[in-house]
Amino acid sequence: MVYNFKEEMEKPERLAGGHRLCAGCGASIAVRGVLRALEPEDRAVVTNATSCLEVSTYLYPYTAYEDSYIHSAFENAAATCGGVETAYRVLKKKGKIKENFKFITFGGDGGTYDIGLQSLSGAMERGHDMVYVCYDNEAYMNTGIQRSSATPRFADATTTPVGSRSYGKIQNKKNLTEIIAAHNVPYAAQTTFMGNFKDLHEKSRKAIYTEGPCFLNILSPCPRGWRYEMENLAEICQLAVDTCVWPLYEIEEGVWKLNYEPKKKVPLEEFLKKQGRFKHMFAKGNEWMIEDAQKYVDDQWERLLKKCK
Amino acid sequence: MAIRDRLSGNEAVATAMRQINPDVMGAFPITPSTEIPQYFSSYVANGLVDTEFVAVESEHSAMSTCIAAEAAGARAITATSSCGMALMWELLYVASSSRLPVTMALVNRALTGPININNDHSDSMGARDAGWIQIYSETNQEAYDNFIQAMPIGENKEVRLPVMVCQDGFITSHAIENMELIEDEKVRAFVGEYEPENYLLKKENPMAVGPYGISAYYMEFKKQQAEAMKNAKKVILDVAAEFEELTGRKYGFFEEFMMEDAETAVVIIGSSAGTGKAAVDMLRQQGKKAGLIKIRVFRPFPMEELAEALSHVKAVAVMDKAESFSAAGGPLFAEARSALYDLEDRPKTINYVYGLGGRDITVEDFEHIFEEIFRIAESGNTGEVYRHIGQREADETRKDVEYKRYQLENNNWRWQSNGL
Ligand SMILES: Cc1ncc(C[n+]2csc(CCOP(=O)(O)OP(=O)(O)O)c2C)c(N)n1
Ligand code: SF4
Repeated sequence: MVYNFKEEMEKPERLAGGHRLCAGCGASIAVRGVLRALEPEDRAVVTNATSCLEVSTYLYPYTAYEDSYIHSAFENAAATCGGVETAYRVLKKKGKIKENFKFITFGGDGGTYDIGLQSLSGAMERGHDMVYVCYDNEAYMNTGIQRSSATPRFADATTTPVGSRSYGKIQNKKNLTEIIAAHNVPYAAQTTFMGNFKDLHEKSRKAIYTEGPCFLNILSPCPRGWRYEMENLAEICQLAVDTCVWPLYEIEEGVWKLNYEPKKKVPLEEFLKKQGRFKHMFAKGNEWMIEDAQKYVDDQWERLLKKCK
Repeated sequence: MAIRDRLSGNEAVATAMRQINPDVMGAFPITPSTEIPQYFSSYVANGLVDTEFVAVESEHSAMSTCIAAEAAGARAITATSSCGMALMWELLYVASSSRLPVTMALVNRALTGPININNDHSDSMGARDAGWIQIYSETNQEAYDNFIQAMPIGENKEVRLPVMVCQDGFITSHAIENMELIEDEKVRAFVGEYEPENYLLKKENPMAVGPYGISAYYMEFKKQQAEAMKNAKKVILDVAAEFEELTGRKYGFFEEFMMEDAETAVVIIGSSAGTGKAAVDMLRQQGKKAGLIKIRVFRPFPMEELAEALSHVKAVAVMDKAESFSAAGGPLFAEARSALYDLEDRPKTINYVYGLGGRDITVEDFEHIFEEIFRIAESGNTGEVYRHIGQREADETRKDVEYKRYQLENNNWRWQSNGL
């Protein structure tokens, strides 16, 4: 099916406006983008981990979701989605429901890379027919920008603050997409908000309509946590991809495929300098940080290229 | 005709589960409840049930699965013990506040610190304020009967609360008893279908579960849960009456043993009630008016009923198989003594914490306890209220009872640890 931006945008929204996420929040774009890939006639149950997204979209008595929705706790979104999907299978078998449902989970990076990783791994291994979407904003935003294992090295977060003896986060970002791919799931991919949303849309569609456990990792910038001007969101995403900080790729039935190769790899600095969380990297005497970070990105990129050959 | 069988407590509960044929079971192994999902998965493997059995990666996910399945419109069960329930703790509150009648078979086991696999009630008592109905069993028969009554209670529209059916680890879970089973069709008819009004998979009415409940609403949620717990009292008795019609076996909030003319009484939960009854029998033969009350339903707590049942007694010993480290007594004691407060002429009340981590309580222990309460009844002098029984004492003179069997227990540890 050919992607038609205008047609897709005309579909009725499944995440209604009026939720309480910050203006320009990547999370809402991720959710709307993924849910838009559902065929309008298909029903879904959305599961959500405790996060900025959860507390902003289902504040009693208002839900922003047009579909059924369940939130239970921070670390169990995958198990929760698996539970709904299991109920669906058994009720269908018993003839108690006739309709087709799809099962989609949204968790932040904290609820996915960290506290929810066990439950996610379990659900992927058991093979529930579901899509787990991580909207990765690279920190615990809901509790106030604390570091997560998705926070990149050198980032200034509230539990890795820059100080006279600290240059921000010490460790590199965990590669969760690879970890999930190692579960041999039928489909796992990385994407973000690029241009006309074609990449996000196609990957969401594949994930939703591939049977079995599928995983999407969506880089979803947070203007508050990353400290950039709201209107720069699209530019930041483009830079994340063009600097190869966030490569767009997918793993389908074990086959790795790069979806976007920048014509000219942009120096990492361009991505870093747009964001307040990396400001200290540009102070005099801190040149090594940018060099280190660039080397890490280059190494990761080379490794990925090899996998995608 | 009822079916006579010889089953362990675990197999008895697994049999009830098979007869009910629930939609989903989420489970993770932990001693001493491990056998329940094991038996159950063999029923699944042999096509005896239509249940989807989800062998999750932790108890946290087991409870998450059950909550989600129940919200989706399915009937969900689990079984666990001790640290397994502790890992579910956060979600016990999610189940009850979302008003999802999940049913759990809890095979009581001590909570870690140090690790111990044997029976006490620290797991369920630790979760006593989580909003779950708690029903305790003395025997395998009761574990089976209670499990069959759990769903009609929890799923009742006036209640809609999760239910845990507790039995004592090893003491009943692994001991084989003669028992009477109900025919499959009768169990199925008794338990009925789960028919929630609203659920996630209802096409014509999408639903959201698990909101962010700000202060402007949170308290109403909690008040409604509290009301549901009050409503559960009547429903528990109604279901018990129906159950009696079906089986002839009578259940209430508690069982009164030789209470009619009792001058002293012990209040207790679970399998040790059997030992207590043996002691009461002995004392009765000696002409002493001893009695016993075995609490079956701890949540909701039968406050007025218990007060009434103890109103004519002069001295009471409340037995706790759990510490609560209040420095003032165990959890059952706190509630039982509070129940007695409204009586004009209230009995003197003391507390014994006993049996922690599987420490035996014997008929002699109960004799000692009754001696104490008869003495209190006579003298009117309670003395130390908060007591422990059955433990070694650093100070020999303060020993409540002589124990010479520790060496033997130490030698038996291997036999006991069939898994931690
Ligand atoms: C067991 C538990 N620990 C901690 C919290 C507090 N908490 C709620 S949301 C959150 C951070 C969420 O971060 P993330 O998953 O990255 O999502 P974001 O808010 O960034 O969108 C934390 C720490 C919790 N709700 N439960
Ligand atoms: S703090 Fe960040 S992640 Fe949270 S709602 Fe605002 S923009 Fe979104």
